[in-house]
Amino acid sequence: MSAPATVHHPRIADIVGARNIITDPQGLAAYAVDAIEPQVAARPANAQEVAQLVAFAASENLAVIPTAARTQLSIGMPPARYDLAIDMTRLDRVISYDPGDLTLSVEPGIRLARLAETLAKHNQFLPLSVPFYERATVGGTLASGLDSPLRQAYGTARDFVLGMEFVSGDGALTKSGGRVVKNVSGYDLHKLFIGSIGSLGVITRINFKTFPLPSSERLFVASLPSSDGALALRQRIAASPISPSTLEILSPEIASLLFPSKAKFPSLDAARSSPSDWLLLAGISGSSAVLDHCSSDLSQLADQCDAKRSEMLSGSEREGVSSVVREAVPLIIQSSPSAIVLKITALPSDVHDVLQFVASESERYDVRPSALIRGVGVLYLFVLPDSPEAQKERAVVRQDILQAGERHNFRATVITCPSEWKRELGVWGPLHDDFLLMQRVKRAFDPRNIFAPGRFVGGL
Amino acid sequence: MNQQLILDLEHLLTREHVLSRPEDLLLYEYDGSVEVARPNCIVFPRDAADVVRIVEIANRHDVPIVGRGAGTGLSGGALARHGGIIVSFARMNRILEIDIENQRAVVQPGVVNSDLSAAVAHAGLHFAPDPSSQKACTIGGNVSENAGGPHTLAYGVTTNHVLGMQLVLCDGQLIRIGGKSLDAPGYDLCGLFVGSEGTLALVTEITVRLTRLPETIKTLLAIYDRIDGATETVVEITARGITPAACEMLDGWTLRAVEAWVHAGFPLDSAAVLLIEVDGMREAAEEHAAQITEVCKLHGAREVRLARDAKERDLLWKGRKNAFGAVGRLSPTYYVQDGVIPRTKLPQTLREIDRIGKENGFEIGNIFHAGDGNLHPIILFDARDAQQFQRAVSTADAIIRFCIEMGGAITGEHGVGMEKDRLMPLLFTDADLALMRTVRDAFNPVGRFNPGKIFPTGKGCGEVRINPLPLSGSAGAPPSGPTPS
Repeated sequence: MSAPATVHHPRIADIVGARNIITDPQGLAAYAVDAIEPQVAARPANAQEVAQLVAFAASENLAVIPTAARTQLSIGMPPARYDLAIDMTRLDRVISYDPGDLTLSVEPGIRLARLAETLAKHNQFLPLSVPFYERATVGGTLASGLDSPLRQAYGTARDFVLGMEFVSGDGALTKSGGRVVKNVSGYDLHKLFIGSIGSLGVITRINFKTFPLPSSERLFVASLPSSDGALALRQRIAASPISPSTLEILSPEIASLLFPSKAKFPSLDAARSSPSDWLLLAGISGSSAVLDHCSSDLSQLADQCDAKRSEMLSGSEREGVSSVVREAVPLIIQSSPSAIVLKITALPSDVHDVLQFVASESERYDVRPSALIRGVGVLYLFVLPDSPEAQKERAVVRQDILQAGERHNFRATVITCPSEWKRELGVWGPLHDDFLLMQRVKRAFDPRNIFAPGRFVGGL
Repeated sequence: MNQQLILDLEHLLTREHVLSRPEDLLLYEYDGSVEVARPNCIVFPRDAADVVRIVEIANRHDVPIVGRGAGTGLSGGALARHGGIIVSFARMNRILEIDIENQRAVVQPGVVNSDLSAAVAHAGLHFAPDPSSQKACTIGGNVSENAGGPHTLAYGVTTNHVLGMQLVLCDGQLIRIGGKSLDAPGYDLCGLFVGSEGTLALVTEITVRLTRLPETIKTLLAIYDRIDGATETVVEITARGITPAACEMLDGWTLRAVEAWVHAGFPLDSAAVLLIEVDGMREAAEEHAAQITEVCKLHGAREVRLARDAKERDLLWKGRKNAFGAVGRLSPTYYVQDGVIPRTKLPQTLREIDRIGKENGFEIGNIFHAGDGNLHPIILFDARDAQQFQRAVSTADAIIRFCIEMGGAITGEHGVGMEKDRLMPLLFTDADLALMRTVRDAFNPVGRFNPGKIFPTGKGCGEVRINPLPLSGSAGAPPSGPTPS
């Protein structure tokens, strides 16, 4: 708070109105990114105000971070500079929704949960089942590049975002894509924004393809004695006619952390035979005839993989268990605030080797990481420290896991850890030769380097 | 300069793999569009290293480079608008790796689309994007144009199936982006490069996702006496939340043209047919087929036929996918448009297309991806009649303008190329185009790769910064395409 922030306020207040700027220390603390606070936060009402804010920031060389629900600001490196928070929560309207066309255009600050209510009235939804679901906004979810269990069937946002409007580094309101479900007019610039954590610009509108809600859903849960068994079952399901909507594997430690108490989910308990079980969860959807077919096929495949037990969950229990799995990362951080959570991507057939590698490296340090594995080959690895300093946990992440990807066919990034460890760890892992292209993209969108400088891959 | 360029290329690739005789150039001045542009030469690299050296030679001689697969594109993407070197990927046609367990394949850009599906069919897999030209078109071309096809309704277009690429940049650097596994950290470069129409880099290797073949496929042919009945059916299928694997419409004019050639079994006296496919688990496919049949009948389908076996299904698809060939028998030239509208606007759009056609003295056939709202009006004209040609172009433009009024887009799957560059400002503001140009310039600063595509020319915007070479062996300028500036 030492910088002369007062200099900027009048112009910013002109743009958004005096009531929509935040300058008091308490208010600004809420916008902190890695404990670094901005000099001012502004709450624009529309895309034009965002464009004016960015143009002003560009002229004054202010570093900008767009925010909304602020649930995922722990992603990335600490910002090199941070002057202005652009709080997008007032841009929370549905701009247009054509249920008959299954297309939707929204402002980024709308909460996913609220949007889901609007869509559900027409039996539709967006397959963005992400952590902090009740609070998270659409724009923040896309900018954070969050994936969700539903990617098994629906892919990630890049597969159903049709277009975007955004403000790039010179303050110009710009768009790409469109509102129709098929479109190759011009470059797909909007895809670059997905997962860019605000480093290219500020998203002001997002166009989506929506999906019909399934008529009925179930969750198949099987317990297996080892990761090998769970991965073998995953492979059999992937090669079968069943198209699960979600497919996740929980290591025994994660299963115990997420589902500690008995009796809350009786069918889940019934599917587990011991605390050392690995759990495989497969969501299925469709008519009762389809569900019956899937259900009998899944039990058969589970038997072939020596599953110890299996159950089919439905109704509120299915919803309850699914939402716990969806919220896995925040739930675990809540109980273990200094947890280091990594996202590791690998080919499904290499997941076994990745688990082995991580286990053996960790063993040398007496660290025991645990994993949530998505069926498509994405692992969330949880390293839960024994002590507040987490010396050995930091060491294994820094020296072994992050650096070893190239040799062991995976890519790892730290998605969450205490801010003070980020510089030491280097959360994005080693750079690849495609970084050269990313630098060019960044420069094209943000020539003055005002958007979230330093937070993204390679310090972009 | 031209002679030295050819000599340098021949030195690199041998004379056999460089074409520069006038009669050779003639064959490469066309693609599937109505555009024409003559290159200075055509080269056939064998591998990425050759491509790198070709780029270096082009830099030395300051000439444009245009990648080309099978030349089936419909927007002039593979034409050398400003002359220069066409890099044909015909020899880079090897499937490098098939990974059944992980459902991935790594291919060279010249691999023919349907060859990849054929190569993995034994494992119950396929490459989902299926343009009508799939028996000829290449995956490199699919990547450049972000190609679609009938089954992209349920399975997504090319960009949804590309996970990684090896690229040659305009300074000759060879770089990999993405990979076999998902979510590489950093910007979604594959998302940017797929569909960039060869303006950012040359693609020398592609990693794709393979998709499991469905357990059951059911193919329906719904026959209508009124076009409105067919379009209203599509609106209601979409609104009911049924997503068929494909939902294609052929109007009466088109299906009669097709039937005369393919004998697919389309009824000659109907106003329109819908070719609808549902797939998936047996129970799901059966339910969807029943629901769709009900909707068809509700909107006046006089008959809904179910293909009895794979042979009957293949015949129906043969009719659909060879439609443009069938139209070619009726007219010396035809212009296939490619517009997109929201699905809810199908009935009025088809009526408007009919009106625009009549107003301009053309009978316009329609055969298109109705389920995506992706229209392909076909305008027959005689290219030898310059006036008629111009009228065909302005008729097509009127249709595209109406699509945009309906909230649509200027191209759904064929690309902008040199066909629709002038229409881009209908969809995008100066600011939108300026940022796209900045991104283009970040990778292709001197216009080395595929100049004269996507971006509107004219207004002295400095689009063309490479001087085209004098055309070898050609008396005058090449016939110019419909590119009023």
